Amino acid sequence: MNGAEFISLSLPPILIGSFAAIACALPGNFLLLRRQALISDAISHVVLPGIVVAFIATGTISTWPIMAGAAIAAFISIALIDAIRRMGGIESGAAMGVVFSAMFAFGVLLLEMTNTSSIHLDVEHALYGNLESLVWFEGQSWASLLSFKALAGLPPELPRMAIILLIIALLTRLFWRPLKISTFDDGFARTLGLPTGIIGLSLMGVATISAVGAFDAVGSIIVISMFICPPSAARMMTNRLEMQIAWSVAFAIISAVLGYVLAGYGPLWLGLDNAVSAAGMIATVSGLILAMTAIAGPCRKRAGVPALSSG
Amino acid sequence: MVLGVATRNGRHVSEDASGHSPLAIRGLTVSYGEKPVVFSMDATFESGAMTAIIGPNGAGKSTLLKAALGILAPLSGKVTCFGKPLSRQLEKIAYVPQRAGIDWDFPAPVRDVVMMGLYRNLGLMGRIGAIHHEKVMSCLARVGMDGFADRQIGRLSGGQQQRVFIARALAQCADLFLLDEPFAGVDVATEKAIVKILKELRSNGKTVVAVHHDLSTVPEYFDNVLLMNTTRIAEGAAGETFTQSNLLKAYGGALARVQISAAV
Ligand SMILES: Nc1ncnc2c1ncn2[C@@H]1O[C@H](COP(=O)(O)OP(=O)(O)OP(=O)(O)O)[C@@H](O)[C@H]1O
Ligand SMILES: [Mg+2]
Repeated sequence: MNGAEFISLSLPPILIGSFAAIACALPGNFLLLRRQALISDAISHVVLPGIVVAFIATGTISTWPIMAGAAIAAFISIALIDAIRRMGGIESGAAMGVVFSAMFAFGVLLLEMTNTSSIHLDVEHALYGNLESLVWFEGQSWASLLSFKALAGLPPELPRMAIILLIIALLTRLFWRPLKISTFDDGFARTLGLPTGIIGLSLMGVATISAVGAFDAVGSIIVISMFICPPSAARMMTNRLEMQIAWSVAFAIISAVLGYVLAGYGPLWLGLDNAVSAAGMIATVSGLILAMTAIAGPCRKRAGVPALSSG
Repeated sequence: MVLGVATRNGRHVSEDASGHSPLAIRGLTVSYGEKPVVFSMDATFESGAMTAIIGPNGAGKSTLLKAALGILAPLSGKVTCFGKPLSRQLEKIAYVPQRAGIDWDFPAPVRDVVMMGLYRNLGLMGRIGAIHHEKVMSCLARVGMDGFADRQIGRLSGGQQQRVFIARALAQCADLFLLDEPFAGVDVATEKAIVKILKELRSNGKTVVAVHHDLSTVPEYFDNVLLMNTTRIAEGAAGETFTQSNLLKAYGGALARVQISAAV
């Protein structure tokens, strides 16, 4: 592949994939430490009714209504999960299970009842993503990166994901201390006067924004795996939160880049002619990284974590 | 009715004096379910003194502290701190919980945990400088844990963890220290060291309130005693309040009688 081909065909998906991966991994670190990592899975299920309702309401499959519908559905489900957890006095994992299966079922039901088979394809797109289609025809050489005219032709997912990532990185930096304290020691955070309930809900809200933003660009497989795999792998590399975040960002980038490259060229190297799904390969790479850190990460044996027998 | 509260010096302070108390609790009722575990509780802690909260397991001591701090929402009651609503005085209070509620697997070394005691002063973005690192190390040194600064918080013994949380409270530079069983699971030498630190705080004019279980050391360590079992049983100077009849009221039962007569 020459430079021009790389810039127009590979650079945008690699960047979008990396941005999406980091945007999911950042809140994923805190969700993991709060034992709420499955919320990303929940979000990916509950957006279905949101997408269907948005389609019924607007009659189109354009990006913004779909994203808005997905986000609204996700926020409703977060409120429901919180309400069930409080009123029923049950742990959040169980509340998530109830809410996300119910919302998903509701979405399927809506889909059947309204006979919206035309959006069926698009739902699949939302679930599996289509990273390979995010190409930049105007990007002909490295010089295109400096040309406004060429930049205007970038796939809209790229600036959108970049903005979402920027917002999430800034929020993480700004609220670093409250997040760290309330995740570690909720009671102590409250004695400092921190609104821990609001902090917890805001974290889920931010996670929803990254998840919905990333869904549209890269599909839910990447979203779910990036919320969980890079942070979990990073946790096994270090006993410092700051370093854990850094490792998780590194793992997210490695997964996105390596996954994309392997999906495009791996089968060719093996003598097959078809490329495989980039989203699937990115998720697989992140899973492999997690497996490697689970076997050899320096901090894999910890208090309260059953030891893996090391070879 | 004016209930008298005997102070360390034998003076009598009416409950109206609660306006100046570091922590005054009025009619506090807390429940987790149907039945209140703290019921119509009153307490007035004396400024610049060390007070022990005493009562049997399940008496509601931890609950009282948590509700007084706003960690738990009470059903009713009023809590004031130095005469003002507690929510506006939080920066004057340091709290050491009863080894609970903490994620021991959290990726933070001991020094980070103590640094959290400085977060209120640092604010959201305040830069952590050499002063702050020195403060952290000096607080750790006071509890004899400076050699463990880089150890992950879960990889300590129970007593060592307790000392780290006391160091975090020291870093907060509070005026009122609330400690829930600071001596639980701590060896004799450490217990003496912690008592020494608490007495230093008192001589600097700080107020110390600690839930305490070892009846035999109450008069030696504490100036005042608050005896409770769901509600207040007795409150005042240790010499007058820490009596066999009050203890029987709080603990009841034959088993307690054996322990109590050995203690008093
Ligand atoms: N989270 C909770 N949910 C329900 N009930 C609780 C909870 N925490 C405490 N309780 C109950 O409230 C009562 C008071 O508990 P609390 O922890 O305040 O007692 P305590 O005086 O601190 O006891 P100990 O000396 O054992 O620490 C007990 O009967 C206990 O079973
Ligand atoms: Mg207790």
